[in-house]
Amino acid sequence: MASQVKSFFDEMYTSETDVRALYANYANWLKNVPPEQLESKRKEAELLFRRVGITFNVYGEDAGTERLIPFDVIPRLLSGKEWQVLSKGAIQRVRALNMFLEDIYHGREIIKAGIVSEEILKHDQYRPEMFGVDVPAGIYAHIAGIDIVRTGENQFYVLEDNLRTPSGVSYMLEDRKMMMRLFPELFRRYAIAPVEHYPQVLKDNLRAVAQKGVKDPTVVLLTPGAYNSAYFEHAFLAQQMGVELVEGQDLFVRNNAVYMRTTDGPKRVDVIYRRLDDDYIDPLAFNPDSMLGVPGLFSVYRNGGVTLANAVGTGVADDKSTYIRVPEMIKFYLGEAPILENVPTYELTKSDDLAYVLAHLAELVVKEVQGSGGYGMLVGPAASQKEIADFRDRILADPSNYIAQPTLALSTCPTLVEKGIAPRHVDLRPFVLSGETVTLVPGALCRVAMREGSLVVNSSQGGGTKDTWVLQDHDEEAIC
Amino acid sequence: MLSRTANHLYWMARYIERAENMARILDVTANMALVQSESMSEADLWQPALEISGNVEHFEAHYKELTASNVIHYLAMDPENPSSIYSALQSARENARSVRVAMTSETWENINSLWLEFGQFEGKNLAQEGLREFCDWVKARSHLFRGVSFGTMLRDDAFQFLRLGTFIERADNTARLLDVKYHLLLPNQEEVGGGVDYYEWSALLRSVSAFQAYQKIYNDTIVPWRVAELLVLRKDMPRSLHACFDEITVILKGLTTARHVECKRIAGEINASLLYGRMDHIFQNGLHEFLTEFIDRNCHLGQEIQATFLNIYAA
Repeated sequence: MASQVKSFFDEMYTSETDVRALYANYANWLKNVPPEQLESKRKEAELLFRRVGITFNVYGEDAGTERLIPFDVIPRLLSGKEWQVLSKGAIQRVRALNMFLEDIYHGREIIKAGIVSEEILKHDQYRPEMFGVDVPAGIYAHIAGIDIVRTGENQFYVLEDNLRTPSGVSYMLEDRKMMMRLFPELFRRYAIAPVEHYPQVLKDNLRAVAQKGVKDPTVVLLTPGAYNSAYFEHAFLAQQMGVELVEGQDLFVRNNAVYMRTTDGPKRVDVIYRRLDDDYIDPLAFNPDSMLGVPGLFSVYRNGGVTLANAVGTGVADDKSTYIRVPEMIKFYLGEAPILENVPTYELTKSDDLAYVLAHLAELVVKEVQGSGGYGMLVGPAASQKEIADFRDRILADPSNYIAQPTLALSTCPTLVEKGIAPRHVDLRPFVLSGETVTLVPGALCRVAMREGSLVVNSSQGGGTKDTWVLQDHDEEAIC
Repeated sequence: MLSRTANHLYWMARYIERAENMARILDVTANMALVQSESMSEADLWQPALEISGNVEHFEAHYKELTASNVIHYLAMDPENPSSIYSALQSARENARSVRVAMTSETWENINSLWLEFGQFEGKNLAQEGLREFCDWVKARSHLFRGVSFGTMLRDDAFQFLRLGTFIERADNTARLLDVKYHLLLPNQEEVGGGVDYYEWSALLRSVSAFQAYQKIYNDTIVPWRVAELLVLRKDMPRSLHACFDEITVILKGLTTARHVECKRIAGEINASLLYGRMDHIFQNGLHEFLTEFIDRNCHLGQEIQATFLNIYAA
């Protein structure tokens, strides 16, 4: 049952028969659960998710259909100690990234110091319109999703910082709710840190970043609409926070202020948690074809009439060419040593790196600098010769558009699949919230590649999710 | 609340109500077919069902023959028919999905599972078998929707707009049903109050769950003008025009917004005509004329609600 490829670190098992101490209690329980029962729990979960409408919309083929993200009934566990490291490391990163964003749109000290090249100012995601604009409390990335992978007992890497409109937190919360419903007995066996207060923390933070002088700020969540792939999450968060879920057409701009159209006339809006990319928020400032945004919004924003979360222009800090510099940023801005490591990354603008990468495509993962969602990437070991050849042409056409990384031996976690329980690769995305403080709730979205051997965990590519349990160690300080 | 949200809630409730009424019409017509005498052809029997939904021309453009099977498919399952039960429930669910935040999760889940359950009827030939079961299911789901929204939702404007949709739609449907049936059953003015087919009238009453009420109130044979009175003027009959407008008047008063003077005026005017109206006067001027005018005024109120609360631009 616990068969696994030797070269991968497994979260639960150290060998065919031996279980890590962290999982001992769980494995004992699992041993006594008949496989049919587990399968029936899985089906029950699917039914419930379907009924609640926890679905995402698919683009491309089958457009318009609503699909469930596969939910796995076997949780991933983290010890209190492991969590301390991850959470401190993620907070440290986000603090540095926020300082970087403030800097790049103001004094640009980091360019002067020679750590980041001036090239960055030519980047698509750099927004010259934001230069010199002061945002409340200097916070740009109010919500950040930090993707972390594990390759060994104490070996964690940050794969990516998501600073634009990171999604998935609703699955963290819904998966937990589901697990508590399906397996209440497990929650008596373990002291599992709660995550349910996430929406409250988020709302407090959003209210805290309203412009000075606003007494009782009105927060709204701006969604592209019911056909967006993450619409469920938008609706879910708005409901949990008790704020209006608005579309662009519900808002309008007048006298340097943003209003929403209500049955009682216009109502002033102070903070917009927008789940809409920069390009679409304001047809007057950015993409003129956008029907989703609010004409004039950006100008109000720049004049301090409304707060946007995340700020405009955060994309410049989360693309893969900036990613490389984050460890140095941490030293530069915070004077600290990075707690979490980056994945070693080849920069294809360097000729040595380029030559190496072209010669080793079959072993590497190549990503578009500005890509996301698992689209437009090459996973060398899983690719056909033709795919590799095609990708080589694309790289040669524009090397600066790509970076390459070694194929990481992502850890596996036992997962219920068709033929029973088998190891599948996982990653972890905790969500860091910045407001008056920088915090995260003790939990994360755990994504799992449901296909055997696959390393791509994105839901758009068939990945599933697992509940993540941060265990409260008795002998340790309370977990934040 | 957001105008768009109010709009979706209002239409969600209207579509559910519309589906229920369509199911009632289908159910009763199919039932009548079982007791029909030879004097009426299949087409005679099913034509009114089409007329009530106001879609005769659209039907004729899409179907060769007016048969039971075609009408049933058209009214129940045809996605091309905007008033079919299929279309109504789909629209209800789409509206709900756009504003799932604005209702309780129970209400949303109820509508979502309604749509998921609908799948079991798709592809079935209802005219052949299962129509009764299908209609019962639609009615039951509509009852469930009203129950769950009534039982769980905060009494704020969201709730008021949802209820408003229910009663505007219901008033429209009852008026149309009565108008078409009255017309068909009594082709000549002189025959008002004359001999009628018991089954026809009892079917009409059953279609609006009023058969038992009729017996209770009048304790007498079924005569047309009493049927009309029951469905127009009786305020204690939940699907009557008067009952709908009692609800509408209260709902409009309950809205927290102050922007509804004209809506209140129109509703009050209609309500007064139902409160102070007398059946013999209505018949003197013609029931058909009365109902046609009612349908227009109700429609006008709907438009005013739409313009006042639901599509506010520029403001």
